Amino acid sequence: MKKVLVLFAHPALQKSRVNSQILEHLRGLENVTVHDLYQEYPEFDIDVAAEQDLLAAHDIIVFHHPMFWYSTPAILKEWQDLVLEHNWAFGKDGNALKDKMFMPLVTTGGPAEAYCAEGHNRFTVRQLLAPVEQTAVLCKMRYLPPYAVHGTHSITEEQIAKHAHKIKQVMQGLQQGELTAENIAKSEYMNSHITD
Amino acid sequence: MAEGGFFFQAFVYLTAAVVSVPIAKRIGLGSVLGYIIAGVVIGPFVMGLIGEEGQDVMHFAEFGVVMMLFLVGLELQPSLLWKLKGPILGMGGMQVGVSAALITTIALVFGLPWQTGLAIGLTLALSSTAIVLQTLNEKGLMKTTGGQNSFSVLLFQDIAVIPILAIMPLLAVSGQVAHHAGDDGHHVTTWVEGLPIFAQTGVVLGVVVAIIVAGQYLIGPAFRMIAKTRLRELFTAAALLLVIGIALLMTKVGLSPALGTFLAGVVLAQSEYRHELEIDIEPFKGLLLGLFFIAVGASIDFNLIANNPGLISQMVVALVVLKFVVLFAIGRFFKMGLDNNLVFSFGLAQGGEFAFVLFSFAIQSNVISTDIANPLIAVVVLSMIFTPLLMLLNEKIIQPRFGTTESSDREADAIEEKNQVIIAGFGRMGSTIGRFLQANGQTATYLDTNPDNVDLLRKMGLPVFYGDASRHDLLHAAGAHEAKLLIVAVDSPEKTQAVCEAAQKHFPHLEIMARTRSWTDSYEILDSGITDVYRETLDTSLRMAAEALEKLGHRKYQARRAIKTFRKHDERYLRELASMRHDQKQLISGARERIQDLESRMLAEIDNIGKDKDLGWDISTLLDEFGNRRDD
Repeated sequence: MKKVLVLFAHPALQKSRVNSQILEHLRGLENVTVHDLYQEYPEFDIDVAAEQDLLAAHDIIVFHHPMFWYSTPAILKEWQDLVLEHNWAFGKDGNALKDKMFMPLVTTGGPAEAYCAEGHNRFTVRQLLAPVEQTAVLCKMRYLPPYAVHGTHSITEEQIAKHAHKIKQVMQGLQQGELTAENIAKSEYMNSHITD
Repeated sequence: MAEGGFFFQAFVYLTAAVVSVPIAKRIGLGSVLGYIIAGVVIGPFVMGLIGEEGQDVMHFAEFGVVMMLFLVGLELQPSLLWKLKGPILGMGGMQVGVSAALITTIALVFGLPWQTGLAIGLTLALSSTAIVLQTLNEKGLMKTTGGQNSFSVLLFQDIAVIPILAIMPLLAVSGQVAHHAGDDGHHVTTWVEGLPIFAQTGVVLGVVVAIIVAGQYLIGPAFRMIAKTRLRELFTAAALLLVIGIALLMTKVGLSPALGTFLAGVVLAQSEYRHELEIDIEPFKGLLLGLFFIAVGASIDFNLIANNPGLISQMVVALVVLKFVVLFAIGRFFKMGLDNNLVFSFGLAQGGEFAFVLFSFAIQSNVISTDIANPLIAVVVLSMIFTPLLMLLNEKIIQPRFGTTESSDREADAIEEKNQVIIAGFGRMGSTIGRFLQANGQTATYLDTNPDNVDLLRKMGLPVFYGDASRHDLLHAAGAHEAKLLIVAVDSPEKTQAVCEAAQKHFPHLEIMARTRSWTDSYEILDSGITDVYRETLDTSLRMAAEALEKLGHRKYQARRAIKTFRKHDERYLRELASMRHDQKQLISGARERIQDLESRMLAEIDNIGKDKDLGWDISTLLDEFGNRRDD
């Protein structure tokens, strides 16, 4: 079975009911490693060698975070800057991540309708995450569309539970080699490939 | 009859206790039964090592009950006592009233005059504080609803003894003038005798207020002075003096000494010396109570029982059944859960030690004749002996079959709040740690040996207690058995070691964080298996060093990252060196090697920022590849 590494970043998890619950569910899954970056490196002194070993030991890499200014929280950016070294993750001799799969798992306060050309945020989530997508591609990984939980400001417990269940199905689908077809990889959301 | 002097007596009592109590505990009978059985064995009817003087010993040993109530008071914050006022008056009043009425009625049925009947009813309504509290404590039931309610009823009974003693002379059957009982050790001449009733009340109230005021304002400074002498035995002496003094004072104004010391205990429950007092009084209480139970065992008059086995056993059963039924009904009425109600009802269904006092007083007051009183005393003693057995029966047989397990959140109310963190040493480090925890909503229990320090911080509203944290009993009193974390922030390395040792030995579940001074004493602590070791000057030195670098023109971020690298290596070396410290030679070469290693790493770090660590921020290889590609 394929192994999933969830790189989780939230600087104030104690204030996030949605992310706490999703994290709880992820922790209970088999062959899924949850790596809580703010908990691991409270002083931002990321252990590059240890992170690279961890990446090498997994097949599917997930960035799990809330959208902060249309991007990742600070520590996940620092993580990219330091861990994805030239000649390790990218470049001519950088093949450590080659052919691994990559998927963002994001939460947004705003509703889904806000994330389109006509909406408040003017771009889709996938468009906004273009830097992450290109980073994955440069590291020779196979990029999968983001799974997004929208509208966290007003979400009900029932809806959170439903998302948690769908995320579990996504993880299991990826581990079993499903959900990687060309048409899925090109779509806007991973959400739409899981039935309720 | 007993022979030869005080030491022989002491030898007999102590041997009896030391031999029988461990055996009784071993076979699950509890210490109370152990002591009582010991008493029976050494008493006049088996080995005859002690005789009639057993009665005197009992009076003396009743002082253990006084001490026990002082300790119970220390555990009770005034606010908690105030919360218990309902159970005390309601349950206590009901229990004494109903039981007394029923027993009096039975006495009347048997043709006794109403005065005698009432005296018997009131006397037998009371239960044994000593046996009930000791047994509940031993079984860890004191803080359950059943335990708290038992305590409330006992407290009411303690108070009720005073009016009962007061009306006893009025119940005299024959026309004779009741002569005062002046010499049984309990009713010495009081100061208030002969005063009009309002003046008596005034004196009594005045004494109670004086105890509260003195407890609040005088005892604190007095104990502080004594603590400053740093003589432990003086503190113990002062604690004993306090309890004995209050007991004497109470007797002088005609109040129950137990009630007075209980009151003093409650007043001192908020004092910083509470834990210390508890620890000092505890062994005396334990010994005296043990002595008391032995005396109870020795005082059983087997001749009397042998002459009337049927009557006596019927009366014992009747007394226990009657009291049980009344208690159980009260428990129902006050909506106690079944489990708690069983503990409550079985626990209190006996006669108490007050019966000895009240019956002898009643005899002297011509309320009752000896041929009625003596069998009743035997009944009381036997019912006392059966109490631990009944509670055992309840615990092992009745509860498991019929009991329900109550939801624990309902009981949580009565349980005293215990902190998860204990901070030993409230000096420069401990106070900072404590303030920070407090600022983040974590309260801790603090221990410190400097009386001035304790006093000052207490004024600021912090729960600081006076005492030496290397004593396991003090750690226990501070709640170490329930706490999660012990922060050892005392400043002498020897003391740190002692605290850690005591905590590890007696509270292996506690997570320990220790402050250390030098590398050498860090090794000692690490060696004992504690991994969270904090050298007191390391972080400040590094912060100063980093700021020095900044003043010399280094980039601030670089300096801060250099600190983190340095600290990480440094902590690792410390642990590596600790593991090889037993071989001194190896230690020296090891240290030298590591200093060189550290030096070279530091050089590398400063010389070429982040070459090995922060490669992600280094573009040299990128340039190479970019150049190569252009060449392609």
